[in-house]
Amino acid sequence: MLMRDLSRPLETDIPADALLEVQHLTMRFGGLVAIDDLSFTARKNEITAIIGPNGAGKTTVFNCLTGFYKPTVGRLTLNHPDKGPFLLERMEGFRIAQKADVARTFQNIRLFSRMSVLENLIVAQHNRLMKASAFSLAGLLFMKRYAKAEKEAVELAKYWLDKVGLYERADWDAGNLPYGDQRRLEICRAMCIQPALLCLDEPAAGLNPRESLELNDLLMSIRDDEGIGVLLIEHDMSVVMQISDHIVVLDYGRKIADGDPLAVRTDPAVIKAYLGEDEDEAIPEDIVQDLGLSTRTGGTKQGDGGNA
Amino acid sequence: MLAYFLQQLINGLTLGSIYGLIAIGYTMVYGIIGMINFAHGEIFMIGAFVSVIAFLVLGALDITFIPLALLVVLLAAMVFTAAWGWTVERLAYRPLRGSFRLAPLISAIGMSIALQNFVQISQGARVKPIQPVIQGGVVLFTGDEGFTVVMSYLQIFIIILTVVLMAVFTWIITRTSLGRQQRACEQDRMMAGLVGVNVDRTISLTFVMGAVLAAVAGLMVTLQYGVVDFYIGFLAGMKAFTAAVLGGIGSLPGAMLGGILIGLIEAFWSAYFTIEYKDVAVFGVLVLVLIFRPTGLLGRPEVEKV
Repeated sequence: MLMRDLSRPLETDIPADALLEVQHLTMRFGGLVAIDDLSFTARKNEITAIIGPNGAGKTTVFNCLTGFYKPTVGRLTLNHPDKGPFLLERMEGFRIAQKADVARTFQNIRLFSRMSVLENLIVAQHNRLMKASAFSLAGLLFMKRYAKAEKEAVELAKYWLDKVGLYERADWDAGNLPYGDQRRLEICRAMCIQPALLCLDEPAAGLNPRESLELNDLLMSIRDDEGIGVLLIEHDMSVVMQISDHIVVLDYGRKIADGDPLAVRTDPAVIKAYLGEDEDEAIPEDIVQDLGLSTRTGGTKQGDGGNA
Repeated sequence: MLAYFLQQLINGLTLGSIYGLIAIGYTMVYGIIGMINFAHGEIFMIGAFVSVIAFLVLGALDITFIPLALLVVLLAAMVFTAAWGWTVERLAYRPLRGSFRLAPLISAIGMSIALQNFVQISQGARVKPIQPVIQGGVVLFTGDEGFTVVMSYLQIFIIILTVVLMAVFTWIITRTSLGRQQRACEQDRMMAGLVGVNVDRTISLTFVMGAVLAAVAGLMVTLQYGVVDFYIGFLAGMKAFTAAVLGGIGSLPGAMLGGILIGLIEAFWSAYFTIEYKDVAVFGVLVLVLIFRPTGLLGRPEVEKV
């Protein structure tokens, strides 16, 4: 190569177990500071949750990570387990998915609704398919290799469909699936990119309690069985507290707490951010529960997720 | 009477195939970036000019074996016209992506005028004739009143080539990775980028595919009428656009169906009514479609375009 690939840092001081290192990320929109000097680390094989009240800047962090916004200040290093470090803030949107293997889902579902369930999963694997067909219409000339690549793509799609119990509906139009299935399909599609980092924006939004338990199982399986780091934005504290290894709390674009679930939920700054400053008032019981202040224990790990 | 009707049917189908091939370029581009590429008629005109030039070059080289000559001209027209289509997108539309919605449309109209004038200046304003390449035909039968129904070899060539191209394109769109990417871009461009689809390249390839089909249509018109000039792109482009709207813009089978219907309307109107008003009839159809069925025959109802 004539020029150095600017998206690859010459050297990094990032710890080996870090997957994503966000350093001094600041995002300004005119006079509005959406994110103010945010630094945190998401480690490999961990679920890292970003929580915070509405408007805290959580989704903006995701938008910076996936290339929708160019951060005003800051460095976002993805320490890819196989390919080495990438500087995400220097990469074009689609290359972040293509090269650095960062996958993302949205708060509102964004499937390709007029494509079949299976096609949704195969389009996410097109990079391998395009390579097999020599990047062009030459699919005709490389029939055999292309057919093999396509077969592998279908196999991977089947694996994920089976895992979330959508195998029977592989031929449905994605837009006709029930809401909960669409959510799961979106996660499957992100997994078919074979990501190094999976970013989920409120995956439990709109799910009923049972579906939300299944989601917990799915996410833990992605972490434990697939060994993929997950970055999660979530409002549903029952999800966050149960499955996160590490929680980052934002308020008005600033980090106010960072640590394991136990440390975060007892942090006075977090309670203040969620409930306001008035200390005379007792915290209502249901809010205490929502925040997960009461201790919840096991029993959910053997849920029936996946074979529904 | 029946013989006359059949003859018009054959003529209409031939003409319709040509309109359909051009209409696909409009409909694919509209599907993927929501813009009417008004320069597409000029791309077709360039395809016709490249065909004429290629025929002249082959004539000068004394290559007279017709199937070989046709193949060479077809490939030359496809390659050069595709390069034009790609360049137009790169220069006139891509820099305006993300600008306000009318900007690429205005740019397209400008591009159309620019290309017309470029060809007029570089090739001259007079019509360019070529020798008939494919001659003769099959007499199907003679009707009661002594009217013979003839299907020329050229018409057979046009219809078969159109069917083959349609099959290939349907296969590309529905079965290949490229087609899947195009459909993904069409449905949600931002999300397509997030699953790693190179959206800009996919859009470029869409323009290239549209230009390739327009080039084939240009070759067909050159063979059919034997003359081209710098202005043929305008009317043919408008009619193909009408065909795309009639079939439902954004829908590939719709574009082909619309093209054939427009071809048939034109042929039958010319045969049974007044030939001077055939264009009025065609564009009258456009008006009626826009009033009574704005989504076209096979189009989806517009839900919301993000």
